[in-house]
Amino acid sequence: MQASQVEIRKVNKFYGPFQALKNVDLTIPPGKVTCLIGPSGSGKSTLLRCINFLEEYDAGEVRIDGQLIGYDAPGRKMSGRKLREMRRSIGMVFQQFNLWPHMTALENVAEGLIRVRGLSKRDAQARAEDALRKVGLGDKMANHPSRLSGGQQQRVAIARAIAMEPRLMLFDEPTSALDPELVGEVLTVMKTLAAEGMTMVVVTHEMGFAAHVADQVAFMDAGELIAAGDPASILHQPQDARIQSFLRTYHERNSF
Amino acid sequence: MDFGILQQYGPMLLRGFGNTVLCWALGTIFAMALGLLIALVQRYAARWVRWIIQAYIEIIRGTPFLVQLFVLYYGGPLIGLRLDAVPAGLLGLTIYGSPYFAEIFRSGFRAVPVGQIEAARAIGMAELTIVRRILLPLGLVSALPALVNFSIILTKETVILSIITVPELMYQVQRMSTETFRYLEANLVLALFFWALVETISRLGRRLERRITRHLLTERT
Ligand SMILES: Nc1ncnc2c1ncn2[C@@H]1O[C@H](COP(=O)(O)OP(=O)(O)OP(=O)(O)O)[C@@H](O)[C@H]1O
Ligand SMILES: [Mg+2]
Repeated sequence: MQASQVEIRKVNKFYGPFQALKNVDLTIPPGKVTCLIGPSGSGKSTLLRCINFLEEYDAGEVRIDGQLIGYDAPGRKMSGRKLREMRRSIGMVFQQFNLWPHMTALENVAEGLIRVRGLSKRDAQARAEDALRKVGLGDKMANHPSRLSGGQQQRVAIARAIAMEPRLMLFDEPTSALDPELVGEVLTVMKTLAAEGMTMVVVTHEMGFAAHVADQVAFMDAGELIAAGDPASILHQPQDARIQSFLRTYHERNSF
Repeated sequence: MDFGILQQYGPMLLRGFGNTVLCWALGTIFAMALGLLIALVQRYAARWVRWIIQAYIEIIRGTPFLVQLFVLYYGGPLIGLRLDAVPAGLLGLTIYGSPYFAEIFRSGFRAVPVGQIEAARAIGMAELTIVRRILLPLGLVSALPALVNFSIILTKETVILSIITVPELMYQVQRMSTETFRYLEANLVLALFFWALVETISRLGRRLERRITRHLLTERT
């Protein structure tokens, strides 16, 4: 599997006068899992969405395998066609799953293969079936999203992304909308992907996942990237007071 | 009351009703199509285009259909638009209905969760494909009850076509009234016909709604 590298350089993002990202610098190494953590509103989703240009950054650069996304040159937007071309190799999984409710699980996964990759219906279906089996949903392919549990819906969403054979996967709090007992099945699928050497960027509040699966943990606060490093250095010996206080709150909330 | 007169006028009224249904059906289809186009343009076009369309919407919604039809039929020839009664009536219905349908479609599109559109963008789907495959099917589902409702309202607007001599039911009823002085009977017959039409449409609408929301009803999250 080919895996992408992402370089984020001095990225700034404004919502009107409010600055959501402040000079963010981060390198996401190929074939590795990077977890983005930090308090609510710190800009994690915004940063993640800049990587596939669902959110337009105002200054700085986001490069995927060296290629600038969203702009041909600083300040000059790239054509829709070129952007779509780049997005084909980037999968994204959302907190709210965002499956298309009028299509079955199989149709959800096959849709992009047919409409974007131009596969025949038959080939697309075969590949969609493979992807669904891979996430453990071989027996639910004919179900509409309304007939699937949250965990199953999220696994369909992952299948929809991986069926496109991306070189990079973005996850925005993929388990936050799930009942606790359904979190595990989704994390298991994500671990499988990680083990296969997929480049993954995961915004998460699952510190366990960050500690055990991530190769790199990046901590954000108030639009700034405070620190990035291996999980142990960020989660176990944090130097920065903001990380310490974030982890303290996290531990307090999760103890009983 | 004396409904015996219907024996004589029955066929004429029936023909009138046929024309009413035809004008309504065609007018509704055209108005819906134009409304859909307007709603899509409103969603994607440049600001100045949207502004012009918004002005059109305000003007059409702000004036009575009767007046619009007069202007179209008697004012049209002044600018070279000379139409027979039926085409003028259909064009009138199309123009009159389009802004309402446009608003219905617009709110239907707004009801489609942004995330479902973004999910399509994220895999690199072209914007036009997104409209066809995601926005339209989902937007139509949310818009359906309002679409049926406004189509029902439009049935009754067709009576106004009688003023430009479209031979629909109202026109025939007025003819019968002036020839026989049976105003009450004639209008009761008209009411009955309309009630039957509206009842049919609303039943069909409900059935259609049940059909297309089958998979969406128990949606979670
Ligand atoms: N469309 C928007 N318009 C204005 N402000 C926005 C918009 N989207 C996000 N913001 C603001 O930008 C900041 C960062 O938001 P973001 O969603 O990236 O945070 P986050 O770290 O993902 O938080 P959470 O953990 O709650 O998801 C927040 O203060 C938010 O209010
Ligand atoms: Mg977020």
